[in-house]
Amino acid sequence: MDLLHLTAAELGRKIKNREVAVTEAVKAALARAKELEPEINSYVTLDEAGALAQAEAVQERIDSGELRGPLAGVPAAIKDNLCMEGQLTTCSSKILSNFRPVFTAEAVKKLQKAGAVILGKTNMDEFAMGSTTETSYYGPTKNPHNLMHVPGGSSGGSCAAVAAQECWYALGSDTGGSIRQPSSFCGLVGLKPTYGTVSRFGLIAYGSSLDQIGPVAKDVSDCAVILEAIASHDAKDSTSVQRKDYDFTSALVCGVKGMKIGIPKDYMGEGLDPEVADAIWKAARVLEEQGAVIEEFDLSLVKYAIPAYYVIASAEASSNLERFDGVKYGYRTAEYDGLHNMYKKTRSEGFGAEVKRRIMLGSFVLSSGYYDAYYLKALRTKALIKQAFDRAFETYDLILGPAAPTTAPELGKSLQDPLKMYLGDIYTISVNLAGLPGMSVPVGRDSKGLPVGMQLIGNSFQEKTLIRAAYTYECATEKQYEVPAEVRIGARIAADRAGDLRGSGGQTGDAGSLASQAKTELPEVQPKSGREA
Amino acid sequence: MANKISDETIEHVGILAKLELSGEEKEAAKADMERMLDYIDTLNELDTSEVEPMSHVFPVHNVFREDVVTNGDNQEQTLANAPLRKEDSFEVPKTIG
Repeated sequence: MDLLHLTAAELGRKIKNREVAVTEAVKAALARAKELEPEINSYVTLDEAGALAQAEAVQERIDSGELRGPLAGVPAAIKDNLCMEGQLTTCSSKILSNFRPVFTAEAVKKLQKAGAVILGKTNMDEFAMGSTTETSYYGPTKNPHNLMHVPGGSSGGSCAAVAAQECWYALGSDTGGSIRQPSSFCGLVGLKPTYGTVSRFGLIAYGSSLDQIGPVAKDVSDCAVILEAIASHDAKDSTSVQRKDYDFTSALVCGVKGMKIGIPKDYMGEGLDPEVADAIWKAARVLEEQGAVIEEFDLSLVKYAIPAYYVIASAEASSNLERFDGVKYGYRTAEYDGLHNMYKKTRSEGFGAEVKRRIMLGSFVLSSGYYDAYYLKALRTKALIKQAFDRAFETYDLILGPAAPTTAPELGKSLQDPLKMYLGDIYTISVNLAGLPGMSVPVGRDSKGLPVGMQLIGNSFQEKTLIRAAYTYECATEKQYEVPAEVRIGARIAADRAGDLRGSGGQTGDAGSLASQAKTELPEVQPKSGREA
Repeated sequence: MANKISDETIEHVGILAKLELSGEEKEAAKADMERMLDYIDTLNELDTSEVEPMSHVFPVHNVFREDVVTNGDNQEQTLANAPLRKEDSFEVPKTIG
């Protein structure tokens, strides 16, 4: 039976009906991961032994009737900035390369309670700072749709793992677009919930007023199921919100008749790739045909979102990353002369270039004499941006636009010009500043076959509106663009049927031949590590 | 308006950030920061005189809990990650004297 093609919910049902054993699913994913990882590098840690042990334990809990939920037994991957007790949690940084937390993040705990099997921790931009997963200490992740391109970032590993069918879903985190943009680049459905919906306890913080954890999935139904499993009020996260509704799956209905959808004029103008624009307009027309009312409008303040974001995010990051000092955990420099020297050397050796850049900018904008002009100014801008969205939502139920101005760029092309890279976040960033929910849905491919995603933005706590619109889009297009990646390694398309892999004589043989094919047939790719200061 | 970052400023930022930069890195950092600050200056086009700075999007204030320890004694686990440990303490270079 070909399991890897199934959605998480479909697999969950088969496991529940005893058509598939949990161990079978886990083994299929592990085999797939071992075959592709030398090329794709989605995982920082693939926990084979742990996953197989979890599979047995979960199967028992299913058999005893304890676990009845839709995600029981379904293997998932977790972004490596989410703490898991005893499990290497690195944030793709050298400074945490040996760190094993003493507790598990609340969102992960909730998945474990629901019977998830955690296959491993996925690659990311270092400390979530980046848009391509190229700033990772563990090397870049490749886009499964085209290995010469980035998967996006910072949840690039999570997205690549799902797109390449190395797991059935994943958790990512989103501070400025880090779930939505890579989901768009990898042809997946990714959701950043309203700020405060998912507990941040155990999420290693980057920008505390902006961070949210969310699902990366193959379709909208999976997204809703996962969100329902991880959303909660948590006393351990003082920014977490007690919501009135957690039944997100009740929004999985087709029908947008009368829904008013606004498309910001500023999102669809200069700077947007024409092929991306085409796909977005097409998607809007699909919703229009289903009864929605589509209208362009002036969102305003769009161009101020990026500078405001980078001031706020860097400021918060500089404060959040002060704790990495070599004292209690993580990397400590080998030779030092006194405490302050130890701090400086540890951090300078342990952090990559992009992280250092943002820490310095953040320290500067918070420093005496500049705090008002930069940090407070940015916070006032943030208030204005929220007001602009509030005004928009007086008229519209939903805002629609692209998730990114382009499809996935090529590897090695983004890090030389950080400012240009930051400008790619234009559509996603303001959603974090305003604390709103945002969802990326696959709506097309460009002429190179790279996925295009549209972004749906809802008012605070209106995830159900997003889910309903996205689900309607799926119904109307028969999930046309929710297709797994055909991973092309050398001249061979990687076999993606569990049967093929088990039948062919030994995984190592296949992996070996694939690896050697990759070395001789692909042109040299020189990904910038982004670590040179 | 071009922002100029002086050597002293970069030194100061290095102290705040607890980062040690080589001569080359300092020059690169200066150039990076100047560019970013020039870009950030576009915020000055906005009239924000009537707006309060907003840190948290929702009116959630003073979220307190009772001062009671609920995640008790995991001393061994906590020390397990220590780069350098001495008995029940994290060992660090001398801080006083």
